[in-house]
Amino acid sequence: MHRFAKPSVFLRLASAVMPWAVGITVLTLAVGLYLALVASPADYQQGDTVRIMYIHVPAAWMGLFCYVGMAICGAMSLIWKHPLADIAARATAPIGATFTALCLITGSLWGEPMWGTWWVWDARLTSMLILLFLYLGYMALVNAFDDPERGSKAGSALALVGVINVPIVKFSVDWWNTLHQPASVARMGGPSIDPSMLWPLFLIAIGFTGYYVIVLILRIRLELNERRIRALQLSGIGEDAPGSVQPVYNPEQAGAGE
Amino acid sequence: MKILIAILARDLRLALRQGADSIMVVAFFIVTTTLFPFGVGPEANILARIASGVIWVSALLAAMLSLERVFQTDFEDGTLELLSLSPVPLELVVLGKVLAHWLTTGLPLIIAAPLMAVMLNMNSAGFGTLMLAMLVGTPALSLIGAIGAALILGARRGGVLVSLLVLPLYIPVLIFGAGAVEAALLGLPAGEHIQIMGAILLLTLALAPLAAARALRLAVE
Repeated sequence: MHRFAKPSVFLRLASAVMPWAVGITVLTLAVGLYLALVASPADYQQGDTVRIMYIHVPAAWMGLFCYVGMAICGAMSLIWKHPLADIAARATAPIGATFTALCLITGSLWGEPMWGTWWVWDARLTSMLILLFLYLGYMALVNAFDDPERGSKAGSALALVGVINVPIVKFSVDWWNTLHQPASVARMGGPSIDPSMLWPLFLIAIGFTGYYVIVLILRIRLELNERRIRALQLSGIGEDAPGSVQPVYNPEQAGAGE
Repeated sequence: MKILIAILARDLRLALRQGADSIMVVAFFIVTTTLFPFGVGPEANILARIASGVIWVSALLAAMLSLERVFQTDFEDGTLELLSLSPVPLELVVLGKVLAHWLTTGLPLIIAAPLMAVMLNMNSAGFGTLMLAMLVGTPALSLIGAIGAALILGARRGGVLVSLLVLPLYIPVLIFGAGAVEAALLGLPAGEHIQIMGAILLLTLALAPLAAARALRLAVE
C-alpha cells in the first residue's frame, strides 16, 4: 500500500486504471439507466415514481461510501503522513457532498408524491442531512488555513470524529420508528426486491462508483500539478535567469518566498 | 490531579478577572430565548409547547459562542506551546480547560434555564427534569466543543467555522435533552433519555480529550 504513496507510481497506476474506469462507468450507466427508466416494471403501488429510487439509493450509498473513504484517507494521512492520502481525502469531500445532496434532493422529489411532503424530520433524513453538514464543515475547515498542510490535518481529525454518524445513518431505520422504509437490499435473508429492479440498482451503483474513481483521479492529478507549479514558481522567484519566464507577481507567494 | 486543579484554578481566575464572560453567555441565552415569543407570537399554549426545545437550542448556541476563548487566548500568547512542551499530558490540560469552561458557561445556563422556562410558560412538572438533563448534557457540549475549538486554532474566520463544525455534533444531545423534558411534561418517565445522555457524556469524556489534545498538537506544531 505504501508503494502507491509515491505520486509518480500513483500517476502511472491512475493512467492505467482511467480507460477501464471510463469504459465501465459509461457502459453500466447506459445499461443501468435504460433498465431503470424503460425496461424495468413500474411498482404496483408507487407507479413510475419508483424510478427515482434508481438514482436515490445508489447516491445514498455513495454518500456514505465517500465519507468512509475520506475518513480512512484522513486516518492514513495522520498515521503514516502519506501526502497522497491527504490529497485523496480532500478530493473526495466535494464528490461525496454532491452525492449526498443528490440523495436528499431526489428523496424529497420522491417524497412529495408518495408521502405528501417534501421533507419530514425523520431519523434517516436528518442523519443524512447531518452527513451533508459534516462534508461542508470538512471542506470549510480544510480551506480555512494559510498552510494547506495544517488544513488537511485538522480536516482529517474532523473526518474521523464524524465517522460516528455513518452507523447512525445506516441503522437509523432500525433504531427509530421512522417514515423511511427499512433496508431492502443489504439485509439478512437476502434482498426483498425483485431481480428486475435489483439489476438496474446495482448497475447504477457500479456506474456511480466508476464515476467517483474517474473524478477522484482527475482531482488528484490536478492537485499534484498545482503543487508542482507552485513549487516551480517558488523556486523561480529567487533566480533571475535570463530568458526564464518571470512568474506573475503574487503578494501571497512573494511573502512565502522571502 | 494537582495539575488538573492548577489548570482549572488558573482558568477560573482568568474568567473571573476578565469578568463579564460568563455573564455575557447568560445574557445571550436570555436574549435569544426572548426572541422566540416575538417570532412565534405570545400565545401561552404555543410557547409552553416549544419551551423545552427553545431553551435547549438557546443553551446550545450560548455554549458554542463561548468556545472560542477556551484555547484561543492561550494559543495567541504562547501559553499553549509551553503547556504542550511540559511533561503534563495534554489530555489533562484539555480536561481542566473543559471543566473550567463548563463551570463558567454550563453551570450559569442551568441556573438561568428554569427562569426562562417560567417566562415561556412551561409546566412546572418539567423543571426538575430540565435541570437534570442540562446537568448531564452541558458537560458533553463543552467536551464536544473543545474538539472544534482546538481544530480551528489559527484558522481564518474561526468563529463562523466552529459553528459549522460543532453544531452538527451537538444534535444528539439536543434530541435527547429536549426529549427528556417532553417526556416529563407528558408525565412519562424521562429516565431513558437521561441515561442515553449519560452514555453520551461518558463517551465524550473518554474520547473528546484525546481528539482535542491531538488537534492542539497539530496547532502548536
